[in-house]
Amino acid sequence: MPVKVRIPTPLQKLTSNKDEVEVIAGNIKELIVELEKSFPGMKDRLCDETGKVRRFVNVYLNEEDIRFLSQEETAVKDGDQVSIIPAIAGG
Amino acid sequence: MSYMLGLKCRECDREYPKEALYVCEYCFGSLEVSYDYKALAKKVTRKTIEAGPKSLWRYRDLLPIDGEPAAGYYSGFTPLVKADILGKELGVKELYVKDDSVCHPTCSFKDRVVAVALSRARELKFDTVACASTGNLANAVAAHAAWAGFKRFIFIPANLEIAKIVGTLVYSPNLIAVDGNYDDVNRLCAEIAAKYRWGFVNINIRAYYAEGSKTLGFEIAEQLGWKAPAHIVAPAASGSLVTKIWKSLKEFDKLGLLEGELRTKVHLAQAEGCSPIATAFLGNHDAIKPVKPSTIAKSLAIGNPADGYYAIDVLKQSGGTAGIVSDDEIREGIKLLARTEGIFTETAGGVTVAVAKKLIDEGKIPSDESIVLAITGNGMKTQEAIREAVGKPIHIAPSLSSFEAEVLKAGCKL
Ligand SMILES: Cc1ncc(COP(=O)(O)O)c(C=O)c1O
Ligand SMILES: [Zn+2]
Repeated sequence: MPVKVRIPTPLQKLTSNKDEVEVIAGNIKELIVELEKSFPGMKDRLCDETGKVRRFVNVYLNEEDIRFLSQEETAVKDGDQVSIIPAIAGG
Repeated sequence: MSYMLGLKCRECDREYPKEALYVCEYCFGSLEVSYDYKALAKKVTRKTIEAGPKSLWRYRDLLPIDGEPAAGYYSGFTPLVKADILGKELGVKELYVKDDSVCHPTCSFKDRVVAVALSRARELKFDTVACASTGNLANAVAAHAAWAGFKRFIFIPANLEIAKIVGTLVYSPNLIAVDGNYDDVNRLCAEIAAKYRWGFVNINIRAYYAEGSKTLGFEIAEQLGWKAPAHIVAPAASGSLVTKIWKSLKEFDKLGLLEGELRTKVHLAQAEGCSPIATAFLGNHDAIKPVKPSTIAKSLAIGNPADGYYAIDVLKQSGGTAGIVSDDEIREGIKLLARTEGIFTETAGGVTVAVAKKLIDEGKIPSDESIVLAITGNGMKTQEAIREAVGKPIHIAPSLSSFEAEVLKAGCKL
């Protein structure tokens, strides 16, 4: 089940400058494992020592923050789009 | 002469050049400007600051630009009002209002951050500036960019107050109203910022932008006679302002500019319908849980606050606390400040006044210590929030008899 993942600028060095990649996974946790297989170094950037998504990384499934869904357990399916976006300031 | 050294990750301390970078490539932490404090200590004194312009640029040595300012020549240096009547009403001895409702030119503290952001944007050779905004930042970017001659793209949630929309459009920006809340706008802008080479004031030049908020704290201390107050109450959306107020006092302290020791407690104010930072702090939670905002305080309606963790650190370090107030309390706060001090603030200011009242009532702010309320925006912009709460004029015919009859009927004493 390919899921489209939008890669933020700071991580595009790992994906040979591609801003979107496809991976096959059933949930966000697996998706990160798959990203790491294809683009080594990815997991370290996205997750802290305990394996959880870092607090300054926002992951969205089709526009919705996964913290409003089931966090890392959030299921993904064919055709979904996942965006990884650093936290940004406001006003 | 510039004292800005570079950028540094707030999480892992990795260093970066002073360019349009905003997050650590390694850990996604946000980047912060670092300065040469040793050199600053030799150069900056109370005298050098006092000799500067009557604007936020008097603190220029502590701001992140290399050359001359390019915006906000008249921004900042707003009144610090001794608020005796409000103080009496709240039962405290020494109360001040830092009144950024009259900040030039768009009547909110966002004129400070934008003055700095656009000056830096010019140095970084951007011809277009942009922002995602809950309203006040939109006004400020539109106005300052008009004055400084930038092309401008401004993104707002579609449901903003009419005054904030008109007060942006009037400067002829490209104004984009997005179906969604601020956090949706922000997410979209992060993707736009990755694609177009624009100076996004709250994204790729955020590190510089955020430093502008320090000037609010610098001014409070200078206007108190180079003393830091015992308490500052400030509103939080992303949490940046609270973080930078604390940083400003620590910098003044480090440079030996303050009378006495720095013992200010910084308190954070949020609205019930959007209080992710205050809730995490008061509940002692490890994680800040994002929320979907629903409050009349639209300027503070950021459900996923980027600087929330740093704001919580400030409360802990300074010994301050947080308060949460309802929409009704916000309206009462706005009216209370207007009735006692003659200052009409927007909803964010209502949040600040109402939280200060709550913390004083609960004894969390003692009545005999100096307190400063950071009033960060102007009530003209959020009139719909209190329209139903301020009553109506007494309607009469143009005759003396009608005047006397109606006024008596309304219960006024003549
Ligand atoms: C009037 C007003 N006060 C306070 C804030 C909070 O600022 P921060 O995002 O730095 O917490 C904002 C943000 O938009 C605002 O418009
Ligand atoms: Zn880092």
